[in-house]
Amino acid sequence: MLKINNLHASIEEKSILKGLNLEVKAGEVHAIMGPNGAGKSTMANVIAGKEEYEVTDGVIELNGEDISELAPEERAHNGVFLSFQYPVEIPGVSVTNFIKTAINETRKAKGLEDMPAKDMLKMIREKSELLEIDRKFLSRSLNEGFSGGEKKRNEIFQMAMLEPKLAILDETDSGLDIDALRIVANGVNKLKSKDNAVVVITHYQRLLDYIVPDFVHVLHDGKIVKTGDASLALELEAKGYDWIKKELV
Amino acid sequence: MELLKDKILSSYVAFENDININSDVHDIRTEALENFEKLGFPTKKLEAWKYTSLNSILKEDYSIFPNKCTAVELADVKKYFIHDIDTYKVVFIDGKYSPFLSETTHDTIDVCLMSAAFAKPKYKPVIEKYFNKVANQDNLTSLNTAFAKEGAYIHIPRNVEVEKPIQIINFSTCADITTMVQPRNLIVVEENAHVQIIERHQSLTSNAVLSNVVTEIFVDKSATVDVYKIQNDDINASLVDNTYINQKSNSVASVHTFSFGGNITRNNLNFYQNGEHIDSILKGVTIIEGKQHVDHHTLVDHIEPNCESHQDYKGIYDERSTGVFNGKVIVNKEAQKTNAYQQNNNVLVSDKATINAKPQLEIFADDVKCSHGCTIGQLDDDALFYMQQRGIPQKEGKGLLMFAFANTVLESVKIPEVKSRITKLIAEKLNVNIGFDL
Repeated sequence: MLKINNLHASIEEKSILKGLNLEVKAGEVHAIMGPNGAGKSTMANVIAGKEEYEVTDGVIELNGEDISELAPEERAHNGVFLSFQYPVEIPGVSVTNFIKTAINETRKAKGLEDMPAKDMLKMIREKSELLEIDRKFLSRSLNEGFSGGEKKRNEIFQMAMLEPKLAILDETDSGLDIDALRIVANGVNKLKSKDNAVVVITHYQRLLDYIVPDFVHVLHDGKIVKTGDASLALELEAKGYDWIKKELV
Repeated sequence: MELLKDKILSSYVAFENDININSDVHDIRTEALENFEKLGFPTKKLEAWKYTSLNSILKEDYSIFPNKCTAVELADVKKYFIHDIDTYKVVFIDGKYSPFLSETTHDTIDVCLMSAAFAKPKYKPVIEKYFNKVANQDNLTSLNTAFAKEGAYIHIPRNVEVEKPIQIINFSTCADITTMVQPRNLIVVEENAHVQIIERHQSLTSNAVLSNVVTEIFVDKSATVDVYKIQNDDINASLVDNTYINQKSNSVASVHTFSFGGNITRNNLNFYQNGEHIDSILKGVTIIEGKQHVDHHTLVDHIEPNCESHQDYKGIYDERSTGVFNGKVIVNKEAQKTNAYQQNNNVLVSDKATINAKPQLEIFADDVKCSHGCTIGQLDDDALFYMQQRGIPQKEGKGLLMFAFANTVLESVKIPEVKSRITKLIAEKLNVNIGFDL
């Protein structure tokens, strides 16, 4: 599914990713952990194609195709979804109209007709029930005045609607209380299949109690320095990151 | 400019052939002509015209008295009306009344013509009481007053809530000559009455057209008036729109101005609050490109205590277009507990576009709440990336962001058909196809 090889990326000439390697296969869940400033969000933004970041070396392959030169929307059309750490507020555009535009633009890129309104409504109904979203919420302006939890739930709702191949969840657990966390994690688990993959970026073990990873990676100074199974997350929770930094010396 | 002025002054005698010169109204006209003769056209030397030059359009050899030039078929112009709802219509073609396209009434309310109101004795008391009583004496208003002859006359008696909106539309059609028209409207809304007005100037020719319009609106106690100005004219048409609104206690008046078309557009919008607990609402969306120029010059004069005013103007400027926002708020010494709010936000899409924003607050009372905010920026890159990440291409994403930016002004449009029309015009103007019908 996703194959990242020797990825180097910088922003404003500051080098952030320094030779990152990562392979994610269909059906897998990967967790990326690491201290602040390690490059976790940069990694997510570079995969999604944010233009401020310059890829100076390396390859990002999605299903065998190099996507590192594609525009963000083209990557999205190819099945990349990024759940934002800080979703942007867009006043005047309702959640429904936004997701409708997103879906139909994606269909247009694939040469398909707009989704019939009836099918769209049915899908909205199903997915909002899955994430326990009040229907009234969907007619509100996108993220405007949403609580932290509502913003994150809305991100996962959009993910459910867009049905991506590769979903990257950038600190989706931050700002969530325990009930919202359970709902969001439950939604992600239900959307998981053998054909898609999830990359969870998090600081904390607690999300991984609900979304159980197949692999846990530690990102430090722009590289993955350690990989293990779910137990590595527990070890990190208990011991912090210093012992890994020491191992590296 | 001087040539045009001379032409106008020497045309006056011919103008007098067509009207009753033995009337009080004509005394007002003659006085206004003298005033215009003295002042001439505005130049950039005047503080109020510092950022807007009319030089390029005053070079034209306008015909001062165009005749109805071209026959207009309803099918050709239907799209310029809000046609999906029932409305009254007062329509002029090259300054002349078009009975064929109009739908006037004298049933309870008067929706008819200034020429009739000037001529018939039964309107005399209203004309005497209101005509030229709130309009000021500046250059172009004086010019309009001097030639005041035709326009819409609207009189709503007390307690009447007019269910159908009233459309005032001026078409220009002359193909062989450039034309100058000076429509003059008078709108009197009595106590506790309610009316909605939609105003549009539309050129059907690619010749230069200059419209110098004066509209006086009197809003009596507890009355409500909503005005929607749709400015989406041909690129060779210019407009100076002078609107004067006199409000009495507990009244609400709103003016929404949507400026998308035209060559040079200058809006002089003036509110005078003569009473307490008055609410004045001034809103606008400007989206222009090329070498278009739109200038919003607003004035709210808070004269008495406990009144409010709300201004919200949004502008999106592309290519070499230029915008001006000059918002003046005066809070007089007596006007305690005034709440005046002014917001002006602009997006420059191109680095060759210009906006001159000038909030002017003159506050002479000490217990007031006045706020103003002005921003000039580009589109938010993070928001654009967010949209692209969801599969929305950059161009459509920009359109959606600009739509979102302008939307706060659309929210307060009370006529759904006007709102959807403006939404469509914005989508067209921004060249995006946004699915807003779900």
